[in-house]
Amino acid sequence: MKAHLSRRYHFSASHRLHTESYDAAQNAAVFGKCNNPHGHGHNYTVQITLSGQVDPATGMVCNLAELDAFAQTNLLARFDHTNLNTLNCFRDTVSTTENLSIEIHRIFQRFTAAHLERVHVEETSNNSFDYSGNSTPAPGTI
Amino acid sequence: MIFLTRKAEFSSAHFYWNDAWSPEENQRVFGKCANRNGHGHNYTLEVTVSGEVDPVSGFVVDLKELKDILEREVVSVYDHRHLNLEVPEFKTTVPTTENIAIAIWQRLNNKIPHAKLYRIRVYEMPDLFADYYGEQ
Repeated sequence: MKAHLSRRYHFSASHRLHTESYDAAQNAAVFGKCNNPHGHGHNYTVQITLSGQVDPATGMVCNLAELDAFAQTNLLARFDHTNLNTLNCFRDTVSTTENLSIEIHRIFQRFTAAHLERVHVEETSNNSFDYSGNSTPAPGTI
Repeated sequence: MIFLTRKAEFSSAHFYWNDAWSPEENQRVFGKCANRNGHGHNYTLEVTVSGEVDPVSGFVVDLKELKDILEREVVSVYDHRHLNLEVPEFKTTVPTTENIAIAIWQRLNNKIPHAKLYRIRVYEMPDLFADYYGEQ
């Protein structure tokens, strides 16, 4: 039987929304206070949703300890208490939470014990973003 | 079509163990969840049903009736119980969050008048939950 499993992780990071494609006035106009030259920060929450058949022996879609270890190495150790703009993945793209969601989706595609359904990232309690790759999620499953 | 979600809570003990395996294998796969003395959680259940709004009552489903069904079929069976030792479906399956979601689906499916069961979501803790949408 196929089930979905969702696990939430938390990290804190700083960033600044800025693009070299715009001049200073355009950056300020488009990104507003997020363009503050000194940056600002958030407590991010990442929710990873995986799906797969429930293994009859373990009762699990995948082993949570393995997922947590993967997240520790590939998500938290990489992003927690960093300035996102200094990371390679944001060298050429703006560190918006949309782009962060896409990067985290790319990372968790390498976790092959279950199918990655969706990455949901909360930047604040009022802003959240979902990325399911190029596929369109089934209606009502977000 | 409207989706309606009702929450319920239950607190239960459990442990993860597969009798077909050696104690060492259980320990390796399930880690601290394999402690045979058990441990417990406050579970949150979200039951989502879908249906059309009744033009007279304005309801998809009578919420009081849904609450009573959840109480009778799930909460009264699971709450303040040891899932492995006291709930029949977990005599043969490991009471993981995934299997709890599936078991609750099977307990509720076709028991809710005028609405179709759409999703069972079970939170074991705020940062971990499983969803089951029935056979897909």
